[in-house]
Amino acid sequence: MSARTRGLRRRDLLKAGSALAVAAPLGAPMIRRARAAAPLKVGVYGGYFKDAFDEHVFPVFTRETGIAVQSVAEPTGEAWLVQLQNAARAGQAPADVSMMAQIPRMKGERAGLWAPLDESALPNLANLYPHFVYRYEDGRLSGIGAVSWYITLVTNTEVYPEEPESWAAFWDPANRDRIGLLALPSNSFLLEITATTFFGGKDILETREGRLEVMRKLAEVKPNVRLWYRDEGQFQQALQAGEIPMGQYYHDVTMIAAADGFPVRSTFPKEGGVLDSGAWVVSKASRMLEEAQAFIDWTCRPEAQALIARKVGTAPTVRRPLLDLTDEEFALVSSEKTPIIPAYAIYMEDGDWITERWNEMIIG
Amino acid sequence: MKADRSAPPGHIQRLLLLYPGVLLAALFGLPFLIMLAVSVFRRQVEAFYEPAFTLANYAKLLEPLYLERLLFSLWIAALVATVSILVAVPFAWLLARSAHRTQSLWLVALLAVLSLSEVIVGFAWSLLLSRTAGLSNLLVWLGLLDQPRAWTPGFGAMLAGYLYLVLPYAVLTLYPAASRVDPELAEAARTLGASELRAFLTVVVPVLRPAMTAGWILSFVFTLGVYLIPQILGRPQHWTLSVLITDQAVYQSNLPLAAALAAVLLAASLLLIALAGRAGGSGRRA
Repeated sequence: MSARTRGLRRRDLLKAGSALAVAAPLGAPMIRRARAAAPLKVGVYGGYFKDAFDEHVFPVFTRETGIAVQSVAEPTGEAWLVQLQNAARAGQAPADVSMMAQIPRMKGERAGLWAPLDESALPNLANLYPHFVYRYEDGRLSGIGAVSWYITLVTNTEVYPEEPESWAAFWDPANRDRIGLLALPSNSFLLEITATTFFGGKDILETREGRLEVMRKLAEVKPNVRLWYRDEGQFQQALQAGEIPMGQYYHDVTMIAAADGFPVRSTFPKEGGVLDSGAWVVSKASRMLEEAQAFIDWTCRPEAQALIARKVGTAPTVRRPLLDLTDEEFALVSSEKTPIIPAYAIYMEDGDWITERWNEMIIG
Repeated sequence: MKADRSAPPGHIQRLLLLYPGVLLAALFGLPFLIMLAVSVFRRQVEAFYEPAFTLANYAKLLEPLYLERLLFSLWIAALVATVSILVAVPFAWLLARSAHRTQSLWLVALLAVLSLSEVIVGFAWSLLLSRTAGLSNLLVWLGLLDQPRAWTPGFGAMLAGYLYLVLPYAVLTLYPAASRVDPELAEAARTLGASELRAFLTVVVPVLRPAMTAGWILSFVFTLGVYLIPQILGRPQHWTLSVLITDQAVYQSNLPLAAALAAVLLAASLLLIALAGRAGGSGRRA
């Protein structure tokens, strides 16, 4: 911490101290007012996520807890991590709580950017699947699962009246030039899919030799791939029209398209759908840790996860038996099949190497 | 008035020139220098990059993947620029000779195309060339094809997208020069017995050569910077260096490598532009 930040901190403490001295005789109502004056800033991905949380989730939280929320639109990519990092160096937090994708969450964890969370303030933590609880190496909590979503095997029902059962359909020579796949290793998770489908699990991805072996297997799909997409809209349009009748895509969006009458279906293959997720983390520069923990704990309640599943369309982080979602509601966003959880750590440790070999594989 | 007389006119002119100079330095020079600086910084996986002096990012360019993409990018840019000039020269010549009303209609249409973004152009072409909704259905209806075909993604689709974006620039650079050419020049050649085509090729084209060079360079540079068209309309083997630069900057957060790749792309294109300028210039002297 620089002298400048320390100076700022001390001034803030002095101010807080004098405020407390004045407030002491008035007691609790003053704290309430202080809360109202400074809302908890929660960063969520700009666009759809922010709109849906603003409309359906934050108001319910504020009504139930009295803590006001000001949402902050996060840019995509890792720009938000860098902004949080630079701001924290100056003792500032552009958001107290942020929704972070897994790789930037891990990068922030490595840099010690996240405030350790107090487990005793998070009684609802026990509701979560264990893969949604993230810890520093010494065991302190660094982040909690916020929302999750599945990438599944999607098909156009007019072109494929029979539902495929396995990711292996991508390798079927009958599907030549018919498939759309995500173009990057760290958003398609095709290495994990290939490893689970043909190599008995993700363990093979732990070494470079193993990754190359998986890539060689994956390279066999190239003649079947018509489009390696970065833009979701481009693939969705082609899938709905039957132009590219098979591929990998987001389960929730596909279910909405099917409900809107488009001839598409989303299949959880027997090897499992890919479960990607975003986590709540708190910047170490935040001065509202208590409120931040209250918010995170609230989102771990089954009712909150059911609300988010219904209104935002994401898969719940809370165990299925605790949820009051009907089977139909649950199937719209999730599945009870064992998911393929991405091997985020390999992108964190060896991302550049993987990306280069990947590009050589699909461009070459 | 008194102040005006006391200040020498050269002084005011210099002050006036200072304004665009400062703006250019602030809005172009500075970001460019920052990019050059970042290109020698060290990549840090946890935190973007740290100030350093390393040539490791440039060394990446020696790897076959990036070298091959650089050559492919320069080749495709040269191809697109050449084709667009070949189309734009006769078009601009005919446009300059046509009625005023026709001229303004075409110019408005060309300017309107410039207002379309790369995304819109890319999506429009991918629909137009698709099997399910595209032009081939029209050909089937006319009895020219037995069944609809998909013409995208592929090299042809990508070329069409590029040309659609670049052609207006080529035409708009050539049009002023074409309308300044004295029509009597071609007429004189015709009177001396040259065919219309021969008169165009031997009299008009040489006169337009400087504008052709300028148009070629503009089209070349513009094509190099396009990064969505090869993603939307091309296959992976058609991805240009600009696509990889975007991937590095946006998805891998590897700004030092992205900056180094961009700097090399810029240096290579400056070299080619200098060569093209010399070729165009020597033609003018001849």
